Amino acid sequence: MKKKETIIPRSIPGLLMFLFCIILSIVIIYPLLWIIMSSFKDYMSIYQDVWGMPEEWLFSNYSRAWTRGISQYFLNSIIVTICTLIGLLFVASTLAFGVTQLRGRLGYAVFLAVMICMLLSPQVCVLPLFILLRSVGLNKTYLAMILPYIAFRLPMSVMLIRSFFVGISKEMEEAAVIDGATLWQIFYKIYVPLSKPILSTVTIMTIYYAWNEFLFATILVDSSSLRTIPVGLMVFRDGLMTEWGVVMAGMVISCIPLIIVYLCMSRNFIRGLTAGSVKG
Amino acid sequence: MNTRKKNLGAFIFCIPGLLILAIFVYFPLIENIIYSFQGFSLSSTSKEFVGLDNYKELFSDPIIWQSIKNNVLYAVISIIFQVMFGLVIAAILEDKVFRKSERFFQTIFFIPTLLSLTVVCLLFEFIYNPQMGLLNSFFEAVGLDGLTRIWLGTRDTAMLSIIAVSQWQSFGYITMLFIVAIQKIPSDLYEAAIVDGAGKIRRFFTITCPMVKQMFFVTMVLTVSGAFTVFNEPYILTGGGPGTATMVLSLHMYQTGFVKNRMGYASAIAMLIFVITAVLSSVQFFSFGTGKEERE
Repeated sequence: MKKKETIIPRSIPGLLMFLFCIILSIVIIYPLLWIIMSSFKDYMSIYQDVWGMPEEWLFSNYSRAWTRGISQYFLNSIIVTICTLIGLLFVASTLAFGVTQLRGRLGYAVFLAVMICMLLSPQVCVLPLFILLRSVGLNKTYLAMILPYIAFRLPMSVMLIRSFFVGISKEMEEAAVIDGATLWQIFYKIYVPLSKPILSTVTIMTIYYAWNEFLFATILVDSSSLRTIPVGLMVFRDGLMTEWGVVMAGMVISCIPLIIVYLCMSRNFIRGLTAGSVKG
Repeated sequence: MNTRKKNLGAFIFCIPGLLILAIFVYFPLIENIIYSFQGFSLSSTSKEFVGLDNYKELFSDPIIWQSIKNNVLYAVISIIFQVMFGLVIAAILEDKVFRKSERFFQTIFFIPTLLSLTVVCLLFEFIYNPQMGLLNSFFEAVGLDGLTRIWLGTRDTAMLSIIAVSQWQSFGYITMLFIVAIQKIPSDLYEAAIVDGAGKIRRFFTITCPMVKQMFFVTMVLTVSGAFTVFNEPYILTGGGPGTATMVLSLHMYQTGFVKNRMGYASAIAMLIFVITAVLSSVQFFSFGTGKEERE
């Protein structure tokens, strides 16, 4: 009864759709392959033959991109991403824990105050934030990115972590209370270890956000030595107008970390980006 | 008494988070409201109260209307190409005939989501390059020389070219959201429909569409509010030009504040963005709750 399944559909409509998906895949993949290919060429060989393979593979484009600034941007991005991640995980999980422990109206009020922030887009706050950070002198430090990043990722993270905390059975907690455990011990020894799945989701969302964030990084930071990769690439392009190969090498380098994270934990990654359905 | 003590302890856990939100979200929002009634520049020491002047200017500023028009165009095209088209592609990939190839296509469509917007924008700058960009070379190679143009430098094509960048990047993400939603539909619904003799298209409209209604709604709000806050693409690719052809609200706000140095008026533009996006997200927030569906 059952027909043998093949990769390519047998029916005409199925085949047409399959072809359509193939074309769509080419439209998506080809530009990326082209970037990788061209990142090994010099300007003249891109100019003479846009489509061709490099005659001579210029690995030097990569080392030039790295020494011409990408290494600094890369380091900055790593520092900002890691600090944002650590700060956010701590602040979001304590806040979520606090909300689940608060009894009565206060818990509800705190949660609402957090959730309302979700209605706010970063664009609305960026001018006052700029003035605020400048007036306290933080605009020349990494904190000019880290603190706003934590603040703007907090509502979504708290929402996800809280909904996980609420589902944790109360038995262990009650037993711990009888044994005289403090709130901090309950949080640190029971809730956090049990919540690894949701914390890893939040981790991926945060890495993705902090690595790619552009608006705050370009406006709030007033120091060329603190540029993260998204901002640095712009400067890089302006500085190397005709050296397309080197610019493209820089672009490829900047994508590698997230692609590695994706390859290592693709299931988690997709869950991280679809949880809460809020991208970047 | 005991509850009160416990509440105090629990509240201490909330303090770091609440402080950060107060300083970096609530305080700037309030400041922004105050600024929008003032006139000042970044270097000025005093702020002059100007009443509703900034808001009056909003309504007579032709660039605002141009920006809103572009934002709306952005939203409409994103709804068609990401939400509608994404749903159809998700349904196709979830069909049985694609069982063997689904993961392959899914992975490929998702790849652009991994790249940062700056990288994608720079990539399209190379694609749109008039002399040696991929797009013009492609048209020349297939003999359609008439279609080549200066994509980002011509009034008619600049905005559409910028919008195309987002479609390329985000459609796979939206498709992925729909795939997640479709996979949650109980399969006996489809089996029952097959027994009743419903064809594939019929099943799409009578089962798939109603069952992913909530996700449809989430993605709509997501793309529309994304369209009204878009900044990076026009900032990187055209800077709003040629003329004001690709100006959008956030970019207009940025240029008014940091280039023309009129912070008061820029804050009024920010308030306009605030009202638009807050209305959109509260619709989502209060009627469905953000992404409750996708939560584990």
